[in-house]
This record gives sequence, structure tokens and C-alpha cells, in this order.
Amino acid sequence: MQALTDRAENVDRKPMNFLERMYLPAIFKGMLITFRHIFTRNPTIQYPEQKRAFSPVFRGLQILNRDEEGRENCTACGLCAVACPAEAITMEAAERLPGEENLYREEKYAAKYEINMLRCIFCGLCEEACPKDAIYLSETFTPADYQRKQFVYNKQDLLIPNPVTDKEAYEKALGNRPKKHLDN
Amino acid sequence: MFLSIELATIIEKLILIVIVVMGSLVVAMYTTFAERKVAGWLQDRPGPNRAGPFGMFQPLADGLKLFFKEEIIPNFSSKALFVMGPALAMMTAIMTSAVIPWGDKVHLFDRDISLQIADINIGILYVFGVVSLGVYGIMIGAWASNNKYSLMGGLRAASQIISYELAMGISIIALLMFTGTLSLKEMVLQQQAGHWNIIYQPLGFLIFIICAFAECNRTPFDLAEAESELIGGYHTEYSSMKLGFYLFAEYINMFISSAVMASLYFGGYDVPFFNEAAHADMGNWLALIGLGAFLIKIVIFIFIFMWVRWTVPRFRYDQLMHLGWRILIPLALFNMLATGAAILYFGK
Repeated sequence: MQALTDRAENVDRKPMNFLERMYLPAIFKGMLITFRHIFTRNPTIQYPEQKRAFSPVFRGLQILNRDEEGRENCTACGLCAVACPAEAITMEAAERLPGEENLYREEKYAAKYEINMLRCIFCGLCEEACPKDAIYLSETFTPADYQRKQFVYNKQDLLIPNPVTDKEAYEKALGNRPKKHLDN
Repeated sequence: MFLSIELATIIEKLILIVIVVMGSLVVAMYTTFAERKVAGWLQDRPGPNRAGPFGMFQPLADGLKLFFKEEIIPNFSSKALFVMGPALAMMTAIMTSAVIPWGDKVHLFDRDISLQIADINIGILYVFGVVSLGVYGIMIGAWASNNKYSLMGGLRAASQIISYELAMGISIIALLMFTGTLSLKEMVLQQQAGHWNIIYQPLGFLIFIICAFAECNRTPFDLAEAESELIGGYHTEYSSMKLGFYLFAEYINMFISSAVMASLYFGGYDVPFFNEAAHADMGNWLALIGLGAFLIKIVIFIFIFMWVRWTVPRFRYDQLMHLGWRILIPLALFNMLATGAAILYFGK
């Protein structure tokens, strides 16, 4: 019969010779191999103390962005909710009142913004859909809680720290990922 | 007087018993830790390292966990036997340590204290007797569980130990013919004066160590608790510290059989390339050095036990029986005949 590929190898069906039937040489050989592994460096990362470096495209929990003056970017257009394949995002819009210009960048803002992190599949489509650079996926991951309802993150959970009042926390939350910006 | 045992002797022996039993328990405890560490090293990972420095308190945490677990006695089990099983396994495991010569004499309080609980003249027969009792712990526990998997595990353990005890016994007979004594202490003294028995009995030692693996139910002969086929084997139904006792007994058995192998074939507390008789003035230090050498030998044997476990896969049951009855027993018989012929020829 013609072989389908040229990689086929014939199985050696010779009866075992005396040394092979004794098993002991094979066992010693195996023991030497395992013994050598005592001296190899182990690749373990001691997790809570050490962390593996993320890839630049890592997608963690969402964060709601602010601009340099600390105003919320989100205008509650709903494009992220439409883009979301898991239907994890809900929001309610509100109109900016006079005197709130330092809080919201544009005339409309999200009064309520919720992401159900148990539904979210971290695909990043919300980030791609957003025209205002208001939502992106951060490097935070593995949230833990005692109740399922705690995983519905509201706006306070999602908002990035204010860059004016808390510069350090803002930088930390921003992470090292390359960000899209409105101007490009 | 008929019974003229001094009170001091009784106290001395009691203290020795407490030390040896406690020592075996502590060693067994840390053997479980060492097993996990060695497994880690052989598999390129660090092993347990969270509890205390280098994970030193891991066995304490494990023990505590086992004590606090819920104790489950199945409704359809024979309850008395169910409780007796692990107790028996533990008891027989500890009993063996009585005849092992841990070291030479120590001179304390104007008394010569032998570092051996009982120097009985049939020491090796005692070890054999008690070790074969060990299988009752497994069998009783397995049968009392009223579980098919347990029963199969128990049956496997029983037939395995019966099969391998034969080969082990015959390999020992060759050693007995050669040394002419049944006392472990006597054997160690002979090896101290001459050469280690491993030089004269390499084949006997090989058979003995293979059988020791089988008697301890260690991989590659751990068919009694083959997880892939029998869930947990004989201890499927056990939980809490009863399970802990079974697992613990296995490690004590390992420790004791390492000690027996070291005394029978590797000179016991004899320090290699060191003439004890010429340094008799060192007194107690000599005994302590001997004890240290003995413990190092035991540790090496325990490491070999683990090393084999994390290298060799488990035998199939028919392979196990084939190895025991059709290879090891004829080999042991041949070894016995060859030893007899050599003794006749060289007229030792």
C-alpha cells in the first residue's frame, strides 16, 4: 500500500533481547534522566510575589477614561453596548448641567454605566467601538469576590482615578499599553 | 530471683522506645514533605514552599488538616474492623523498629546503654513476621469498607505481599547462610569487622530491594492503591486521620525497610573507611557518629524509594505476578544455591 505521507515510520517489532527484557538498564536510564532534572532551573513564577510580564495586547478589566483635566470622556453614546457580543454593558445617559463642565467633557454623559464582569468575555470590542477613547481594557485581572452581584461593576468601580488630584494612581491604572488617541 | 530486671533497665528501655517511636513518626512526617519536594525537583518545579521557610511546616499543616476533616464511617461497613484497619497498619509499621540496631553502646550515668530496643537473637525473623502482619491492616480496612474498589485493592495488596515475601525470604536465607546469625546486631558487628554484605550478596540485595518496594506498596508496585483503576484502592472509603494513618504507615514502613536494608547489606551504623575499633577512646561520640552514618544511609535509601517512584510507571497486575513468581523466586533460589556452593568451596 502506498503511504499517504513520506513521514511514516515502520514500527520495530523485533522481540526484545535479554538486556531489554531485564528492564533494569532501561530503569537506570530513566532514573538518570529524572536525576538530571534535579539540577535544571525550574521555570516556576512565584505568583503573588512575582508576576509574568503581560503582552502589549493583554486585555484585562475595563476602565473608564478621563482626559488630562480629569473630565470623564464618556458621552453615553451606547456604541460599546451595541458592540458588546456578551451584552455585558448597560448605561443611562444624562445631560450636563451648567457648572458641571469640570466633571464631564461633553454635553451628554453617562449617569449610570455598568459592566457585568461575569458576562464580559474581554474581547475588547467596546474599546474598538468607542469614538471618544472613553473605555479601554486595562492590565488588571483576576477579580475576586464573595457574591455574584458584586461582579456587576458600576461607574465608581470602573472610573480611572482623577489625574489632577491623584496623578500616581492614574498613571498606575493607565498601565503600559499603547493607547489609541482621539487625534490619530 | 526469677525476674531480676533492674528498674534502671526498664526506664532506659522505656525512654529508648519513646525516642524511637517519636523519631520514626517525625521522620515519617518529614518523609511525606520530602516526597513532595523530591517529586517537585524531579519534575522541574519547586514543590511545597509556602508554609514556613522552604515549606518546612507543610507536614504540620497537612496533619492538622487531616485531624480537622470530617470523619466518615460508611453505613454498611463493619465498624469495629473499619476502625481497626488503620490502627493495625500503624501499629505493625511502628513495631518493626524495636529490633533495629540504631547505634553502638552509649555510656551514660555509669551504664552502658545499647541503642537498640531489643537485641533478640531472631531479629530478622521478627521483622519478617511483623511486616507480614502489616498486610492485615490493609486487608481488614479494605474488607470492612464494604466497597468493591477497596476490596480489590485489599486483594491485590494481599496477593502481592504473599508473592514477594517468598522471594524476599529466600534472598535473606542466602544472607543468613553467609553470616550464620539471625540477629541484626550480630550482622552489623560482622560487617563492621569485615566487609559490607553488599559485596558478597549483590544479587540478593537486588532481589531484596525490589521485594522491599513491593512490600511497602510503593511504585512501581502500588497496585493496591492504583488511583487510575481503583479510585483510592484499599483506602477509598477512609477520611480524616484514619486515612492519614494509612498514608503515614506507608512512610514509616519505608523508613523501617530502609533501616533494615542499611543494616543487612550496608553495614548498619558502620562508618565506611573508618576503623571503629582503633578509636574506642572516643566513647559516646563514636556511637553518635555511627548513628549519624546509619541515618545518612537511611536517608539515601528513602531518596531512592522516591526517585524510583517518580521515574518508573506502575506495573500491570499480570506483569507484577510474572515478575514475582517466575523471575524473582527462581533468581532468589539460584542465589541461595550459588551462595551455598561458594560457602562449601571456600569453606568459610
